[in-house]
Amino acid sequence: MVQYTRTRFDASFAALSDATRRGVLEQLGRADASITDLAEKYHMTLTGMKKHVGVLEQAGLVTTEKVGRVRTCKLGLRRLEEEAAWIERYRQLWDVRFDELDKVVEVLKRKEKVDGRKK
Amino acid sequence: MDARSESEPTSMKNRTTVERKSERELVVTRTFNGPARIVFEAWTKPELFSRWWALKSSGVSLLSCEMDVRVGGGYRLEFGHEASKPMAFFGRYVEVTPHSRLVWTNDESDDGAVTTVTFEEKKAGKTLLVLHELYPSKEALDGAIAVMEGGMPEQFEQLDELLFTLGASVGRS
Repeated sequence: MVQYTRTRFDASFAALSDATRRGVLEQLGRADASITDLAEKYHMTLTGMKKHVGVLEQAGLVTTEKVGRVRTCKLGLRRLEEEAAWIERYRQLWDVRFDELDKVVEVLKRKEKVDGRKK
Repeated sequence: MDARSESEPTSMKNRTTVERKSERELVVTRTFNGPARIVFEAWTKPELFSRWWALKSSGVSLLSCEMDVRVGGGYRLEFGHEASKPMAFFGRYVEVTPHSRLVWTNDESDDGAVTTVTFEEKKAGKTLLVLHELYPSKEALDGAIAVMEGGMPEQFEQLDELLFTLGASVGRS
């Protein structure tokens, strides 16, 4: 998780280091847009905008979906802190369960000892 | 930021860790103070398994637990507040290697993971348990995580139930 999170963080910071990409995020915060819309808005070639969107997508900040010939961009569903929070809740679930398993293991160990003595 | 999740470093308790290894994988690890054959037994005998699997604090109890632990054998767990409307989790054992490895499918949904549990005996009679979940796609695991999206305080109770359901299905049900 550490490794994974750090990679995601690096990708996020790299993605946010560019003014155009920050603008794109702001724009998508208002409404979804196609790559063509975004390219026009920022006076850019389609290829140039595709690259920017690709970087944002890699960082998990934006998701895209192609319908017909149009690729629509929207803000990424996933946020680092949400994923981290989920992982923590999931960990707690297993932790509680494994505490109970500890008890079962203890009982079985004691039983083995007693049985061993009987032999 | 260190987003790895671990237990509080209390003296006696072993730490549980959860890590998202890749887009499709989650890994849970924990050490137990007992030999592998005992920990394995607790995962493969229904009467033992049902003593620890259900989360008492969730208020949802295990209504039934059937496990045919052999390659190709099935399992079925039913949970619920009431017997009339149980939530069922089921699948098949794909690999069964006594005291060291268990693999099963989670067939209650198309997005269910394949769960692999390994039991590795360490020094002083301790066992390292690694539970590995491989989801069919990035979307399936993201979907599980997305349960958390937009969680408002008043929704936490529902989320808990969903997470419980997920945990039950994912871990093995």
